[in-house]
Amino acid sequence: MSVDARTPPTDGGHLLEVEGLKVSFRTEDGVVRAVDGVSFAIEPGEVVAIVGESGSGKSVTAMTLMGLTRSPNASFEGRAMFDGRDLVSATDDQLRKVRGAGIAMVFQDPMSSLDPVHRIGKQIVEQIRVHDKSVSKAQALDRAAELMERVGIPRARERLRSYPHEFSGGMRQRVMIAMALSNQPKLLIADEPTTALDVTIQAQILDELRQLRGETGAAIILVTHDLGVVADIADRIVVMYAGRVVEQGTLDEIFYDPQHPYTWGLLGSITRIDRDRSQRLPAIPGLPPSLLRPPEGCHFRPRCPHAFDRCTQVPELKARLADAPDHLDRCWIEPERKRSLRVVGDQIGLASEQAVVS
Amino acid sequence: MSEGNGDLVSVAAGASTDGSDAPEGTPLLAVDHLRVLFPIKAGTVVNRKVGYVHAVDDVSFALREGETLGIVGESGCGKTTLIRALVRLVDATDGTIQFRGTDITHANRKDLQPIRREMQMVFQDPQASLNPRKRVNQIIATPLRIRGVPKDRFETETRGLLDKVGLHAEHLNRFPHEFSGGQRQRIGIARALAVEPKLILLDEPVSALDVSIQAQVINLLDELQDDLHLSYVFVAHDLGVVRHVSDRIIVMYLGKLVEISPAEELYTKPIHPYTSALLGAIPIPDPNENRARERRMVTGEPPNPINPPTGCRFHTRCPFATEICKTAEPPLTEYANGHLAACHHPQHVTASEVVNAVRSDASPLTAGDDRPVT
Repeated sequence: MSVDARTPPTDGGHLLEVEGLKVSFRTEDGVVRAVDGVSFAIEPGEVVAIVGESGSGKSVTAMTLMGLTRSPNASFEGRAMFDGRDLVSATDDQLRKVRGAGIAMVFQDPMSSLDPVHRIGKQIVEQIRVHDKSVSKAQALDRAAELMERVGIPRARERLRSYPHEFSGGMRQRVMIAMALSNQPKLLIADEPTTALDVTIQAQILDELRQLRGETGAAIILVTHDLGVVADIADRIVVMYAGRVVEQGTLDEIFYDPQHPYTWGLLGSITRIDRDRSQRLPAIPGLPPSLLRPPEGCHFRPRCPHAFDRCTQVPELKARLADAPDHLDRCWIEPERKRSLRVVGDQIGLASEQAVVS
Repeated sequence: MSEGNGDLVSVAAGASTDGSDAPEGTPLLAVDHLRVLFPIKAGTVVNRKVGYVHAVDDVSFALREGETLGIVGESGCGKTTLIRALVRLVDATDGTIQFRGTDITHANRKDLQPIRREMQMVFQDPQASLNPRKRVNQIIATPLRIRGVPKDRFETETRGLLDKVGLHAEHLNRFPHEFSGGQRQRIGIARALAVEPKLILLDEPVSALDVSIQAQVINLLDELQDDLHLSYVFVAHDLGVVRHVSDRIIVMYLGKLVEISPAEELYTKPIHPYTSALLGAIPIPDPNENRARERRMVTGEPPNPINPPTGCRFHTRCPFATEICKTAEPPLTEYANGHLAACHHPQHVTASEVVNAVRSDASPLTAGDDRPVT
């Protein structure tokens, strides 16, 4: 993709820099603040996981980067600089050029993202030729076969003539990845790419993504709720809760030195195959807040057993540890105190002595 | 909760409790060579049967009182069909299902009624399993009526049930759509509890929920089991969840029971290569352990259950498969600790364990007498 001559490339060399992104939707019941001030940056070639539960705004953030949340009732604030262009304010035409060629996306449900009435080959060819008209149909078909082989689809040449329903879920997801790669994107956004798949197939797809990153150098944004998948593939993690980033850091920082009580709760809630069965999981009490009327101050306050009076003010997302300048969090508690607060039994979790009722 | 020991079918359950005429030692649920085949029909005028989907193919196991039995496997392995057959939502093609010593495989509606009161099911999708036009109190009133609770006790009983599952009296008059997924699953559990069952069959009860809510529901199931002395059959594809809740675990592959083991042992000592493959495929949510772990990836995808492979059904994907695996179906072999596996080339067992192992009666009828080789 050519860099727009009028705007200089973003300084610092970030591939993508999201700053103060806000997305809200007007509904009959009021304004839903789905994304409420999200900032993060992606470097070339890195895998960043956006982690959160349903309604945390992780998918809305990812889809906004692709311009997929644009609708008459949506309003946007903030910037998302990619290759010198702001994706939030870009026109639909400009965005179309970015989509597929600069940034490609893989969705959770491969069946509903493929057109059921067209052959797989035709769909990949179309994607290639939309962004590069100079490629002939025959050339594009060759490319399609190559791409399918590369993502591990056996007998690729024959299968170009298959329809989506003739593929299994795992194979369909491979087709989606092949399509996403067809125009050599610099950034691949994968929204829950393995959630609908069985574990053995999930392992194969994750391996595929890992190899692709190595071969093409594309950065990957992985949107997921599965911390196992995150631990397997991510370099950095952005934890979202109720529309805000509550913590971000490297894989090891988030898993071994988590600073936000919500992250503790997430880590404590996971059932693991390598852990002895404990009596009770240190679960997070209550429910996520309604984004129509989010709580004042820290959004996690109503469910947090460690909340105190200062939590009615919104904590800034910033580095609070002297030795980890890139480990950011939104929590007022002193880092020193957190070390003891976050230990439940012999693991990290959310203490439950002041259980909050939903 | 009981620990897994002894052999599979004839094992003595804990002293059987109230109201059962079954002799002591009868398992709560005994499944013997159960098969569920779905015919595939072709033709518009004459419905010819052109084949069968082998959903559950000769599965035997027993469930003790107070036990939680987990069933794991990938989509299409037959785990959901199996528990649906247990509550008679689908009919068995062959084999028997006994509840407290009573054969219920072909029982009619009337005979099933008292048994369904002891055996309840909780479904995966709480949205689809609750009637959207009924309020919570109406949803829970139906099972109460079936139990014979007098009408003037309904309100107190319903409140008690909601309280048990962590909901409040103010939720009584609400509709299912007014709740979150986790709360809806709690309503599904309250409805199951309303008839005071002994056994609850849970079909992926937490798969549709977020992790933090998952943990709440798992804790709830755990508490209810302790308080009400329930037995569970817990079907899930998430091996982490299954490990957390189960006493014993069954692993299924393409309609066959391939391994059954005490919960802890399945994770430390998987005997069937498919179990190892499943465990190896799960990423551990701990970066260091994940990096340190040696992972063996299975290639390929599960074969078609209409035309399953001959011999051992896993042989097309198995790294240890030899000639015998293609031709002879392996019997279920019983190792120490009530750990059974159907494999010609068992993993993680010593030579002496193999020598001492015996062919289990739970083996499929079509399986040979071959001894496992190491």
